[in-house]
Amino acid sequence: MDSSRFIARHVIDLPRSGIRDFFEIVSKMKDVISLGIGEPDFDTPWHIREAAIYALEKGKTHYTSNLGLIELRRAINRYVEKNFAVSYRPEDEIIVTVGVSEAIDIATRALINPGDKVMFHQPCYVSYHPSITLAHGQAIPVPTYAKDNFALTADALRAAWQPGAKLLMLNLPCNPTGGTCNRRQLEDIAKFAIEKDLLVLSDEIYSELTFEGQHVSIASLPGMQERTIFLHGFSKAFAMTGWRIGYACGPAPLVEAMMKVHQYSMMCASIISQEAAIEALVRGEEGMLKMREQYHRRRDFIVRRLNEIGLKCHLPRGSFYAFPDVSRTGLSEKEFAVSLLQTEKVAMVPGTAFGENGTGFCRACFATSYEQLVEAGNRIDRHVQFLAARK
Amino acid sequence: MNPVLKLLLEGGSLNTAHMAQVLNLPESDVNREIDNLKQQRVLLGWRPVLNLSEDEGGVRAIIEVRITPERGGGFNRLAGRISRFDEVESCHLISGGYDLLVFVNGTSLQRVAAFVSEKLSTLEGVLSTATHFVLRSYKQSGILMEGRTEETGRLNVAP
Repeated sequence: MDSSRFIARHVIDLPRSGIRDFFEIVSKMKDVISLGIGEPDFDTPWHIREAAIYALEKGKTHYTSNLGLIELRRAINRYVEKNFAVSYRPEDEIIVTVGVSEAIDIATRALINPGDKVMFHQPCYVSYHPSITLAHGQAIPVPTYAKDNFALTADALRAAWQPGAKLLMLNLPCNPTGGTCNRRQLEDIAKFAIEKDLLVLSDEIYSELTFEGQHVSIASLPGMQERTIFLHGFSKAFAMTGWRIGYACGPAPLVEAMMKVHQYSMMCASIISQEAAIEALVRGEEGMLKMREQYHRRRDFIVRRLNEIGLKCHLPRGSFYAFPDVSRTGLSEKEFAVSLLQTEKVAMVPGTAFGENGTGFCRACFATSYEQLVEAGNRIDRHVQFLAARK
Repeated sequence: MNPVLKLLLEGGSLNTAHMAQVLNLPESDVNREIDNLKQQRVLLGWRPVLNLSEDEGGVRAIIEVRITPERGGGFNRLAGRISRFDEVESCHLISGGYDLLVFVNGTSLQRVAAFVSEKLSTLEGVLSTATHFVLRSYKQSGILMEGRTEETGRLNVAP
């Protein structure tokens, strides 16, 4: 029997993640230096892990409020107020989610009517387009370009806009490009959002990993808090990817709508992760700053090295990704990534895994040790020279 | 902090050629900077962190020492004198119930005991000693002795 006929049409039509295809190849190889991992190489700081162990010992094994522990929501408000200059009521404007991924899922499901149009910049995180599709929305990708350091511009938004657009999804700093927007660029985007009456879904998961200048949240700009859902989490800044813990802040009616989807699907985020998250917010800043300092130095090294090798790479202002242009090698991004992997056992993710605007680029995550980065640089160098000699 | 020093602390087992690459300096500059740090007596030497078996590692003891401070020099002269013994691995002036905390290494329990009773406690100015033998070490110079025994299962490719 062909069981696939039972699958919903919009799921059948959903393409597999390009990352997954690449993972299948990499997972069969040994001794690979991977620059393909979208997570910190640090384990979660011990004091955070210890707080989780303590919570277990104290019998914290039960459901929490659908919105999450009130102590955590209070801590989130204090943290967001201090670092993002915007304040939310812990009682009804904050919801704790299973990572930002779930926050995106429940937001799109709570907000999108079938056929509603959703704008998002591309290249972007792999789940944006599918999340829109799964919520029966219509995705409108807005390109970002290397010449702008992959910052999103209001001009590009204006060019891509279509009547019926309702939502704008932002991810600044951006996975995979490391691009972000300065205050002036954000003000232009905010102006555009107000003019076109768009609700903004702002995923700021990499905000702590901003290396130049101060991160600015679009929610903090005049007139924007009422039309922004601010999404954040603990995975990147506090090295807590496996804990699956994040949150969304926004106007109470929107949080209430998201909570409806959340309560019938997820119920609540894991209480252990919530307890650990409180510890991260209250006492995690020093450890986070140390990790950021290391990412900063590794970024400077890998970006310089890639440019030396001849793979043109803009300076990513945030995140832990470099996004070099590999087109000069004469290969497509996928051919380059596969040949680099097979010849030199270095894994980078082809840029098209993050949308068609990633054509010609690869994503190199520098959240790995200096030894590995130095060795990866040497191997990439050798491979690029080998390709050039072959031409 | 000096970037070379920072990399020495963070960089694991990077050699100077690798450090030069990371810092975007000629290797000769890195070597010169390391020499400077040595001359300034900031960088005093290198020691590996070992996890030796009892046979190879010998015996380690921590000794609390009370001493009499001296006019003019305080604790320094006597502390310096104690530090010079080969058996003494490290020596610190401490606040609280005693004055010096001395880490001592010896090939056997008897040798360490002999050092304490014959050399250390007989020094003029040493008022008392209390010796604690180390039974097991869990962390040394910031490194866990057991380390991470299991792979964490970090994936090679992730979104």
